[in-house]
Amino acid sequence: MSSIKMRISAAGDVLDVKSLIEQVMESGRMKDKATGQLIPANYIQTLTVAVNDKVMVEANLSVAVSKNPYINVKVPGKKGDKVTIAYTTNEGKTDTQTETA
Amino acid sequence: MQSNRRVFLKGSMAASAVGLAIGAGLLTPRAVMAAAWPQAAYDAKGFDDALKGIFGVSGATESKDITVKAPDIAENGAVVPVTVESAVAGTDNIAIMVKGNPNPLVCNFKFDGAQPFLSTRIRMGKTDNVIGVAHAGGKLYMAEKQVKVTIGGCGG
Repeated sequence: MSSIKMRISAAGDVLDVKSLIEQVMESGRMKDKATGQLIPANYIQTLTVAVNDKVMVEANLSVAVSKNPYINVKVPGKKGDKVTIAYTTNEGKTDTQTETA
Repeated sequence: MQSNRRVFLKGSMAASAVGLAIGAGLLTPRAVMAAAWPQAAYDAKGFDDALKGIFGVSGATESKDITVKAPDIAENGAVVPVTVESAVAGTDNIAIMVKGNPNPLVCNFKFDGAQPFLSTRIRMGKTDNVIGVAHAGGKLYMAEKQVKVTIGGCGG
């Protein structure tokens, strides 16, 4: 199952895309309480939102974005359009999810 | 016998070279697809350095056309909902900044056809101003909103 959850509501020619991504957004500054070792950084760096495969939003995130990031953007589109969200972490991990409005 | 062995070695070498080429070919499109993360801007400790790193210009002017929505008091600094919207024509990039965080730049969203609107949840170390910066026509516009943080979101 994808780590990206999406809810799209269409209003006229605008799609309100709300998404919740399951990701730890670990900063690399926190210590593991049990071992005293620093927990390595693991967070989303780049994220794109595309409508019908055309990228509309290109975002850069940092560790100052909360754990399990919530992202809300408004893109042009109508019911039936395909919305794709994709991200890449600092470790190079990627995930992508496409949903129909 | 000898010559067959030569042929076999040559053949396997050629095959591995092809394999390498395919491997490299598979990697390139992915590297191109994901735009490079602007490391310097996100590592910057100063507000203006971060602005310069992300937009190429610094010195933002306060503007009523930028709306920053955030709670007056955030009990948990680890989850502060923030919404930034720009009414400046030609806005193509919006950044959220928190001056007092170790690195002021929180995130930036480049809009290519989408509305200059973004809503997310951020971490704040202490009571501070959340600043929304919009880039339009080579200039920067900003607005800020103070958020009182009861428990910081950077410690553990």
